[in-house]
Parts: sequence; C-alpha cells; structure tokens
Amino acid sequence: MEYLFKAEQVSKSYTGHKALSNVSLAIPSGSIFGLLGPNGAGKTTFIRIINQIIAPDEGTIYYRNEKMTPDHARHIGYLPEERGLYKKMKVGEQAVYLAQLKGVPEQKAKKLLREWFEKFDLMRWWGKKVEELSKGMAQKVQFIITVLHKPDLLIFDEPFSGFDPINVNLLKQEILKLREEGATIIFSTHNMASVEELCDNIALINKSEKILDGNVREIKKDFSTNIYQLELSQLNRPVEQLFDHRFELISAAPQNGLVNARVKILGNAGSNELLKQVITASTVVSFNELMPSMNDIFIKTVTGKFPQEGDEYKGSAEANSYLSE
Amino acid sequence: MNKISVIIKREYLSRVKKRSFVVMTILGPLLMAALMIAPAMIVALSDPEYNVAVVDDSKLFFHVFTDTPNYKFTHLETDIESAKQLLRDEKFDAVLHIPDIAFQSPASLRIFTLRTVNFGARSHMESLLKTEFEGLKLTVHGIDPEVLMAVETRISIATIRLDEDGQARTDFPEVSMGLGFVTGFLIYIFIFLFGSQVLRGVLEEKTNRIVEIIVSSVKPFQLMMGKIFGVGLVGLTQFVIWVVLTFGIVTGVQSAFPEVFRFTPEEEVYVTGAQTLDPAALQQQLEAAQAQNTFAGQILEGLAAINFPVIILSFLFFFIGGYLLYAAMFAAIGSAVDNEADTQQFMLPVTIPLIFGIIMMQAVLENPDGPMAFWLSIIPLTSPIIMMVRIPFGVPYGELALSAALLVAGFFFATWVAAKIYRTGILMYGKKIDYAELWKWIRHK
Repeated sequence: MEYLFKAEQVSKSYTGHKALSNVSLAIPSGSIFGLLGPNGAGKTTFIRIINQIIAPDEGTIYYRNEKMTPDHARHIGYLPEERGLYKKMKVGEQAVYLAQLKGVPEQKAKKLLREWFEKFDLMRWWGKKVEELSKGMAQKVQFIITVLHKPDLLIFDEPFSGFDPINVNLLKQEILKLREEGATIIFSTHNMASVEELCDNIALINKSEKILDGNVREIKKDFSTNIYQLELSQLNRPVEQLFDHRFELISAAPQNGLVNARVKILGNAGSNELLKQVITASTVVSFNELMPSMNDIFIKTVTGKFPQEGDEYKGSAEANSYLSE
Repeated sequence: MNKISVIIKREYLSRVKKRSFVVMTILGPLLMAALMIAPAMIVALSDPEYNVAVVDDSKLFFHVFTDTPNYKFTHLETDIESAKQLLRDEKFDAVLHIPDIAFQSPASLRIFTLRTVNFGARSHMESLLKTEFEGLKLTVHGIDPEVLMAVETRISIATIRLDEDGQARTDFPEVSMGLGFVTGFLIYIFIFLFGSQVLRGVLEEKTNRIVEIIVSSVKPFQLMMGKIFGVGLVGLTQFVIWVVLTFGIVTGVQSAFPEVFRFTPEEEVYVTGAQTLDPAALQQQLEAAQAQNTFAGQILEGLAAINFPVIILSFLFFFIGGYLLYAAMFAAIGSAVDNEADTQQFMLPVTIPLIFGIIMMQAVLENPDGPMAFWLSIIPLTSPIIMMVRIPFGVPYGELALSAALLVAGFFFATWVAAKIYRTGILMYGKKIDYAELWKWIRHK
C-alpha cells in the first residue's frame, strides 16, 4: 500500500510533560484517516508536527517517502480546532491573503475563491467584515481557505463543531468529494458517529501514546464480542432450553409478541451453528451480530471497559440506539 | 521571502486604511502647526491698538510718545478732569497724566483706566519716560549722553569650537540642545506608539486564533518580522506625512500673514558712540559683530554650524534601529500573554530603559561629552534616544559607528530571543507565564 504520510517513533515533550511518546503511524494515500483520542492526549501536538509548526524531539516524519521539510507545508491544508479570522478585515480580502500565504497567486486565488463562495452561498458576504458573519458562515470561510490551494493532505481538527446539521451534511459531502479527487484526509474528532461514517482507518492516541490503529472494519471485528441478537416467534419450548453448551443466553425478554434474545457464542462455533439451533425450534424474525460501535471501542480502549447502559457519556445514547436497532 | 512581503503588505494596508490612521495623520500636523503658529497669532491678535491720551501738564515729555503698531498716543491739551470724562466715554483706553512736578517727583505719574491696565502699554510708557528722564538728568548734571552711550558695553562671549580638522566654528549650544531634545523625544514617542501597535497586533492574532492557520503556511519568524516591518512602515509613512504637512501648513500660514512672523528688531544698536580710529573699517567690524549678536543671527549661525547630513542620517538610523530593537521585544510580550491586562509585568523592563533615557536627557544636554552621556549613547537600549541628543553637539565618528554597530547587534539579539519566545508563546493558551517560563522557552533548542 502507498502511504502519503508516515511517522516513525515520534516523541515530543514540552517543559514538564510528555505530549507524544514513540508514536508511529502510516496514512494510506487517498484515504480518510481518523485521529482519535481524549482531550489532552496529544492529537493537536501530532497535527502540529505534521504541519511543521513544531518539530519533534525524536523520530522522523515522511511525506511520500521523503523526509518532511517545511517546504512540504504547501501540500497541506489545515483547519485547526481553535480557528479564527481577523475580525476587522473584509471576508474576501482575508481569504485572498490566506491563500497567498499558501502560495496561490492573487488573481488565481480570487478566481478560485469566487467559485467556492458561489457554491457555499457566501458571495454577498465578500465585501463584509468578518465580525458581521455568523459562526457557521465564518466556519465555511475557514473550510474554503483550507481546501482552496488543492492540497494533497487535508487535516481537519473537529471540523463539524459549530455547524448546524444541514451544513454538517454539506461539509461531509465536500470531504468525501475531496477524497474522490485524490486527497488524503486526516480527521481529528470526538464525534464517533462521523468516524464510522467517514473514516477508512483510525489511530487512537491516549496519554501521549498510540494505543490502537488500523482499518475501521478490522478493528470492529477485533472488538466483536461474539454476541448475537435474535428475534424469535412461535417457540416450541422455553427460550432457556433452546441452546446447548456451546452457547450462552445472556438475556431474553418478550417484546411485541416476540422473544428478544441475546446469545454469546462460546468456543469456536460459528454464527451458522447458532442459527441451526434456533431454526429448528422457532421462527427467526431477525438475526444479527451485535457489533461494538467506535464509541464503545474508544471508551473500552481508553477506560478498559465497555460503557454500560445509562453511562453518562456523550456517545452512549448513540451506542444504545445501535443496540436496539 | 515572498511571503514576508505579503504579510508586510497586509499589516501595512490594514493599518493605513483605518479611519483612525487617516484622522491622526491629518490631525497631527494641524495640531503641531497650531502649536507652532498659535503663540505668534495670539500675540498678534491679542494686541489691538491701545489708545492712550497723554495729559502733559509739564509740557516736557509729550514728544517722546510716538505711535507704534500697538499703541497710539494722543496729546490732550485739556486738563485731567475732562480727560477722565473722555475716558469714561470710552474715547480712550487709558489716560497718562504727567503733572507739573513729574520731573522732580516721578511718583506723581498716573495712568487712569476703566479696566485692568495693559501691562505692555504701561511698561512701554515707563521705559520711554525713564530714558527721557535719565537724559534730562544727565543734561542737568552736565554729562553728554553720547559719552554715556559710548561707555555702555554689552558682553556676549561667542564660543568657537575647534574641529578635528582644525577649522574654527562658532558654536551656539542652545540650537544643538533644541535639536537634540526634539529628535530624541521623537524617537521615544515613535518607539512607544508603534512598538505597542506591534504588541497589540500579535496579541490580536493570538486571541483571534488565526495564528494557527497562518503558522501552518509561514514560519512564526516570518509572521513576526512581517508584522514588525509592516507596522514600522506605517510609522515611517505617518512620520513623513506629518513632517511634510507640518512644514507645508507653517510655511503656508507664514506667507499668508508675513507681518505676524517678522522678526521684530527689538535689539537696540549700541555702537553709535564709538568714534575712534578709522571710522569706515570700524563700522564694518561693528556691523559684523552686531549681526552675530542679534538673536536671529545667532540662531542662523548655530544652525549653520550643525552638520545636517550627519543628523538626518543618524536620525533615520536610530529612529529605525531603535524601533526594530524594541518592536521585537514588544512582539515577544504580545505572544507570551493571553490578554492585554497580563502585559503589564513584562512591559516594565522594556519601558524602563526608554523612560530612563528620557529622564537622563537633561543631564546629557548639560554635559554631552561626559562619561554618562557616552555610556548611555553606546548601550543599545538607551542609545537611540541619547545618541540623538548628543549628535548635534558633534560626536566622533568612531563613537557613532560603535553605537550603530551595537544597536544592530542588539536588534539581532533581541529578534533572536523574541523569535524563541514568540514561536512557543503564540500557540500557548490559558497558562500564566512568568519569567522562569520565558527563560525555559529561550533555552529550549
């Protein structure tokens, strides 16, 4: 596989604390890469290292198999989490200025910006001051500035914060389109639903160390608990007597005239064996594996246990809704 | 390099286009010109013609009162009572009464007015009468007034400074002092005004959080230097416009009302009595001496003695060098703090040398070649101000070169330190920074 970016054994400490220790990861070209981790884990430091804003104390970073130099910065578009604009400056002027700093000539920048402004319905704000924009509009301007110079590597740090659902959708479409056009995207967020939706690969950083990385589907498989959810009707015997020793009934509850059961496969039996057992004694209405959500994996990896129902965590409602689907 | 010029352009244009800049640029010279013109205008305007009626009972003195542009004298043949009546009718501003016994008893002289007396008019009349009284008394005592005039001598020692090249030059320290004070003070104001603009600009970028977007495109050092140069150019622009406009307004007003600004030759001629030796040659010498002795002549002489190319070049150098040195420090402060209130603790060590320079100006003016003047004009932190104070008095080129070299070195050092603080500071939020922390940033490789 071809990698656009690689980090090898990267460490960075600030006066007094370690921000990154021995982090290695590789980002495949043309993919969307999720950089996950709790607050203060070292994500922003890592992103700043990619951007050449700060240099690592140890370790090497590569861009297309070359050692990265500040010159590579023009291939990168970066939307920081804490992002602002000059409040008193006019929107259009400011966008042209920031594009020029990225190396786009003035006239070309104006032309490209007009296209993007049309697309995001911002054209009538061109001559207005930034302080007159709403937060969402300012975010759109920042997004445009990030992608304007057609960078090969895009870094979005919490891109959806401050957007309403309609604009989140618009942004997602644009991000997916950028990938189709060949861009590689690093995506740092706490929003696990969007990670599942968008990311091909992820890395999880906690307390300055990388604790998990890989393809999203494979990670989910690794974290699978082998628990299946079944909806059964017309049982010919009590549900407790349906399964032999290879299976463990975790819970069973009547629901809308059906029996809703969760069963864990023990040993090395497969899902087909489970299906065979129930099919002889009931009518199977539905059958599916309970896959852990990225949210669950995140919490499990960071805290060591899966979230319980009712846990006070931002994503747990999402996880529950997944279970009841 | 190209990116620095983009940054300089933005920093420059965004400030120059501001309404406050336009207002200050136009208002500044108007205020300055007003300060220069107003005193002369006020003097000229506040003296409308002052009408004095003279009732000279002694009939000895009226002839000394001749009209001047400010005072008009009318000889009244009436008695004092009817003169007072005319005063009440506001025919005159004042009535001077010279009684019969005035010569024997000058205390009997009186001025009657309806309002407070015009002091200028009174002292004018007093001096006229004094001269006349003294002349009369000399005659009474049998002394020829011309002999007395010839005896009276005015002493004013002209200072001649011998240059290194052996040429003699007339020195007029007052002109040098004035020039040194003004240029030193201008540099002080400029550093403070535009240094704090750099600080606010850096702080704005930091609190705005735009800085992280920018430093992903350019190096923090480029951003810092772009801002320092951009703001410096704004300052130079404003300064040049101020100088040009101020001179324009002053010269315009002067040519529109020339009489207000004419040098009034108050100085009397004292040489009339010297009638010895070859009169023609003596006359020439005396005239030359006279020209030097008049105040205006001295100023011209003093200005001619000053090396203007050196002053202008050094002014530009210390003006720009001083600004760059301090602007780097101001930028470092702006990057290290989160809000304007926190700047105070770091401002102190930066402003103390500047204020110290201003305080020491007076002492340096009194002894511009003393050891204190020397050291303060060599050390980069005070040299932009103090060297400018010294230059009009003449500074050896060796010292000037040393001071300039140290200022350049100081600028590089300050920029180097500032860049280290800046690149860490701009991305650091929510942490109270103290000197120990700054020291760590500087030492960090």
